[in-house]
Amino acid sequence: MTTKKINLNEFKERARQFRKEILETITEAGSGHPGGSLSGVEIMISLYYYKMRHKPENPGWPLRDRFIMSKGHASPLLYVVLANCGYFPKEELKTFRKLGSRLQGHVHAGVPGVELSTGSLGQGFSVGNGIALGARIRGVNFRVYTLLGDGEIQEGQVWEAAMTAGHHKLDNVCAILDRNGVQENGPVEEIKREEPLADKWRSFGWHVLDVNGHDFEQLIDALDQAETVKGKPAFIIARTIKGKGVSFMEGQAKWHGKAPDKEQLRAALSELGF
Amino acid sequence: MAEMKATRDGFGEGLVELGRKNRKIVVLSGDLEDSTRAEYFKKEFPERFFNLGISEQDILGTSVGLSLDGLIPFACSFAVFLTNRAYDVLRISICYNKRNVKLIGSHAGLTVGEDGATAQCLEDFAMTRVLPNLTIFSPVDFIEAKKATYKMAEICGPVYMRLARAPFPIITKESDPFEPGKANLVREGKDATIIATGLMVSESLKAAELLNKEGIDARVLNFHTIKPIDREAIVESAQETGAIVTAEEHQINGGLGSAVAEVLTRNHPVPQEMVAVLDTFGESGDVEGLLKKYHLKDVDIAEAVREVLKRKRGER
Repeated sequence: MTTKKINLNEFKERARQFRKEILETITEAGSGHPGGSLSGVEIMISLYYYKMRHKPENPGWPLRDRFIMSKGHASPLLYVVLANCGYFPKEELKTFRKLGSRLQGHVHAGVPGVELSTGSLGQGFSVGNGIALGARIRGVNFRVYTLLGDGEIQEGQVWEAAMTAGHHKLDNVCAILDRNGVQENGPVEEIKREEPLADKWRSFGWHVLDVNGHDFEQLIDALDQAETVKGKPAFIIARTIKGKGVSFMEGQAKWHGKAPDKEQLRAALSELGF
Repeated sequence: MAEMKATRDGFGEGLVELGRKNRKIVVLSGDLEDSTRAEYFKKEFPERFFNLGISEQDILGTSVGLSLDGLIPFACSFAVFLTNRAYDVLRISICYNKRNVKLIGSHAGLTVGEDGATAQCLEDFAMTRVLPNLTIFSPVDFIEAKKATYKMAEICGPVYMRLARAPFPIITKESDPFEPGKANLVREGKDATIIATGLMVSESLKAAELLNKEGIDARVLNFHTIKPIDREAIVESAQETGAIVTAEEHQINGGLGSAVAEVLTRNHPVPQEMVAVLDTFGESGDVEGLLKKYHLKDVDIAEAVREVLKRKRGER
């Protein structure tokens, strides 16, 4: 299924630009998590520039679709997206992780556009379900999107929440797994086997979609399809590459939580065509 | 003999009343609504009640989501599971995020009885007291538990309430005040002050009667709020009576006794003795037998007062 729902070149250029800003933000901070931020760029652009209904000029708009960054260490990714959408001045990205900044090291609810402070893995997912359940109780129509990391789903709470959404048929929930395959100390499958992921989530009562998480057309089709599913929450396995776009970071566990130095930043930006 | 009724029953009745007045109240249960008495709410408002199964972390997280758009969730389970098992969710999703979530922890203390150590929560004050933004209630009886339930819904922010399984003597009246963070004087006295919470308040009153026969005039305060702690009442009692005994159905480390000691040390140090569980787990048994074995009876509190008075007089 191919779509002409977006200007693909524009989206790709945006991804290139966001990768640059993520790397600059982490380098300026001197710490942060590049690997899992770079892997989720296309997912986040598909959400914030295509799928989600939101108003950056009115972050509290009651009918907005909700986004929960459950993998809270991917803060540079979310902050760069929100700044570019206009939730807060891009200039502020330079304060990331610095004393007194709203841009706390892990995703922080004090930042306009952020619904929930996260950073302790596995917690945001339950909260997203709670928002969705609340919307159902109140009879309000919006969708809840949650981004999970594949290391994160080793937390037991994730599976408690997976059962809850399945059992209560929360079809206003769409969870996306940033399946980059690498966690802090190595490959996910070597540390704790997770496959077959699609079967696992299906058996918990979810409608599962399995896509290339760097392919905008696949992501957008999956997000559209997820919205049409009735009586089940939707789970999109977005297969990605950790550190995507920077050859020396790609697939490398050591770039999970380390900032590039000035030289490495220059090399990375050059690879991205800057 | 005072009428006996459990604090969890006061909560259960109060919650239904709240549900009638406020459509925003929703209740989540960890498959213990029969025990916590949240089932009274479930019967009247099934559309606002969810048994999420035996998954306390998920219950607290889901509560946070419900609170984000203005609903007022009450998350109900045993005290051990909410404050111990789901601790990091309480810490980050609820307290760090300052969410308007109400936590109901029943079956706290040794008075759980026969289920024994695994269910007897003796560390909830210690665990919760260190969390910023959290208010902690520990009602003394059925009537006060009901008032505390109403008050929880009025407070904007997270509140934890400790409840018990066993019936406690009713020692308050409907007309008594319940102001968060403000201790209630239940017996005036000038020689020493007993600062107690929960069931230990009525044991302290009995202790005061025992001491009265010996010519010792003990004041008794009901600390229904563990956090924020009533500093004023502690300092005033230290100044006026010169000796403090704390009494709680909780570990000796980190609970009410510690909270009181922190205030005394920095403001008006006086001799203090602590009646509490002495750094050990509980066990199965009948309520009365357990309280005796773990030294949480009126006679134990009276003995602690005698000890603290020796120190006040400089005899030890």
